[in-house]
Amino acid sequence: MSEAPGRVVIVGASLAGLSAAKALRTEGFSGSLVLAGDEPHLPYDRPPLSKQALRGLTSADTTLPQPADLDLEFRLGVPATGLDRAERTVILADGSRLAFDRCLVATGARARPWPNSAEAALDGVFTLRTRDDAERIAARLRDRPGRVVLVGGGFISFEVASVCREMDIPVTVLVRDSLPLAGAVGAPLGSFVAEVARGAGVDLRLDAAIARMQGDARGRLAGLVLEDGDRIETACLVVAIGAERNTAWLDGAGLATDRNGLRCDRFCRALGADGTPADGIFAAGDVAHWPNPHDGGALVAVEHWGNAVAQARTAARNMLAGDAAALVPHDHLPDFWSQQFGLTIKLVGLAAGSDAFAVVRGSMEERRFLAVFGKAGRTVASASVDSARWLPAYRAAILEGAPFPPLPGGVDAPARVAMQSLEEPTR
Amino acid sequence: MSTLFERFLDPTNRADPYSLFAELRRQPVCPQADGTYVVGTHAEIDRLMHDPRISSDDLPDPQHFRWTGRPITDLIIRPVRAEIRKRHRPFIFRDPPDHDALRSRVMRALSVERVRGMRATTERLTGELIDKLSGQTRIDLVAAVSYPLPVTVICHLLGVPPEDEARFHGWATQLATALEPNQRGDEETQAKNEETFGEIADYIQDLVKAKRREPQDDILSDLAAGDESQRMNDYDLIATAVLLLVAGHETTVNLITNGVLTLLRFPEQLERLRREPEIAPRLIEELLRYEPPVQYRTRLALADIPIAGTTIPEGAPVVLLIASGNRDPARFTDPDRFDPDRRDNRHLGFGGGLHYCVGAPLARIEAEIALVALSRRLREPRLLADPPPYRQGASLRGPSALPLAIGGVEQS
Repeated sequence: MSEAPGRVVIVGASLAGLSAAKALRTEGFSGSLVLAGDEPHLPYDRPPLSKQALRGLTSADTTLPQPADLDLEFRLGVPATGLDRAERTVILADGSRLAFDRCLVATGARARPWPNSAEAALDGVFTLRTRDDAERIAARLRDRPGRVVLVGGGFISFEVASVCREMDIPVTVLVRDSLPLAGAVGAPLGSFVAEVARGAGVDLRLDAAIARMQGDARGRLAGLVLEDGDRIETACLVVAIGAERNTAWLDGAGLATDRNGLRCDRFCRALGADGTPADGIFAAGDVAHWPNPHDGGALVAVEHWGNAVAQARTAARNMLAGDAAALVPHDHLPDFWSQQFGLTIKLVGLAAGSDAFAVVRGSMEERRFLAVFGKAGRTVASASVDSARWLPAYRAAILEGAPFPPLPGGVDAPARVAMQSLEEPTR
Repeated sequence: MSTLFERFLDPTNRADPYSLFAELRRQPVCPQADGTYVVGTHAEIDRLMHDPRISSDDLPDPQHFRWTGRPITDLIIRPVRAEIRKRHRPFIFRDPPDHDALRSRVMRALSVERVRGMRATTERLTGELIDKLSGQTRIDLVAAVSYPLPVTVICHLLGVPPEDEARFHGWATQLATALEPNQRGDEETQAKNEETFGEIADYIQDLVKAKRREPQDDILSDLAAGDESQRMNDYDLIATAVLLLVAGHETTVNLITNGVLTLLRFPEQLERLRREPEIAPRLIEELLRYEPPVQYRTRLALADIPIAGTTIPEGAPVVLLIASGNRDPARFTDPDRFDPDRRDNRHLGFGGGLHYCVGAPLARIEAEIALVALSRRLREPRLLADPPPYRQGASLRGPSALPLAIGGVEQS
């Protein structure tokens, strides 16, 4: 690698972007530091957006804390439109150019829009990704909208459904598959979440797909018809069908981008179209697509809070590394949490692709348990429901590749651990 | 030849247990002659605190008592006593699931708002205790401030009428020995504890009845509320109240006393605290690392646990030596240095995992208020004995008295 950098440009005023800026300063970087973002807001925290923010937490409460001595120049409200590798310049939509010695791509992802654009444009059809999205939905919920419909079987849907039930708003969740979350956390946990949601009064429809949405004369959502012919009356629908990575602005830059994001190596260095590291360009957070050492080097994009922070820190260190020998690999075991229906669900490791499941502490009946996931006889992931305090022990077991199930015996263990085999989810 | 851990327990080493730790940490998990495993390294303590094969239900098992040959004692009195003791186990001596249910109720009762709400009262009480020192030149800080402050605060939070506080002082001191692993085994202490427990249990039962008739804004009223099917049973209520009294008291006494002692040993830090009271929170975290009021906790291995090259066998008692983990050079740079500017100070002073101290926020507030006020108001304080005399306990370790010479007291 080349000389010590004097100018660093971070594209993406996100958790990853801000974490990288903080890490650069902590690591002793004293040059100029610019953080550009397409939204007008200072970097904010997203996890509350599908939870407390819908119930009146104000925008300011989600702003991420910044040390006073960060010495960071913000370029907010202007999207980046291009990256010139030869000139080492980021181009913004207002035509300005930001020269860099190192650039961090932290542009994240956006909500996947509803594929039918006419339906997506109806007043009352929302997606939830940004603070503005959350404020729009929160305002609608305050107006007591009648039935709210969530489209998608992921954690965001269930978190929003949970908020609606707390507010005593009737809610329907439409899931295309026969179980929610099965791809991410396996059928047993998917069934558990389904049961909890139903117990809280959610109208959960599985194997359900929308045939069409109906608007009124003024372009407002009035209802929808399912493929099985059922009609649901609703004026508020949230589309939560995943995310798309923000790489369009890199088109033409000669970087390895595709629908999975920006490819990088294990040192967070962005790869050029030829597969070799692009000089001075790094990536972190949701936009990065990287080889995960905990999954045999398989390429993953991990859209979790903890990964954004960890990857940003690693990228920051590597941006300042003097030579290749000083590079540190991004070695983060993915984890995330969700809060819904009064329960805190945490997951560590990679449950997708596991072949075995067992509840090893507490019980599903009590809604307080810890479960483990196995793959080829090894422990690869662990999920807790209101029992997160044991998770560090299981994290250690996963990192050690402990046999499945790990940590036999002990406190609050079922009399007999029932192991279930997991089928590879079909999609 | 006594083992390192026996030397640590030996009262003659109470003033400076720390010099023993470096040698002890050479083997992270040390088997002792009596079958106990002592763990002194930060990583391993932290790991075991989060290990589900480690139980906190480690009260002495009555089956392990020696037969006396007197059938009434062996077959009736002891089993009945053991059963009573078992039912009165507070939640720090329990495992999930019942631990979790009890703890979450206590957490709700010891809410953030309630703890924050104690600030003004704690400040007033501290001020009054210091006012009383005016005109004196020789004081015992423990008797004058460290001891009375926490017991008054916890009584206030629990909802004990002020006129009964004096009785709580005596009970708290006696029952602290029940939390002291190296004392609770001996028969005389046990008999005394049972007698004290009987008195306090009767008192709390009456108080609970009064709270049920006329609930007030206090912890006991909250814990006692609800109809019979949902609320805590009376055994648990008494056990919880006693635990809050004792654990919320003895430990904070030590934190405040250790704080003043440490500040007098490092006068530049005392001067700094006087001028910049905003450093207090970080200074107190460092204090919790450097002189933790709880030096170790005991646990029980429920299964074989391979760790750091040793296997702790099922059934073995395990000692988590917090005070040693807090001085582990593998985790802390220059660990024997008292450094209030320390970053990333993940000390084990409040424990960790399932049993992380529920009273931590309260302890922090009490220590902050006391240390800031003392640093400002005691004129020219000087230690009259260094080291000061220590109390018997090795786990709840702290000076029994802290004699100081002072040049007077500043007006508040």
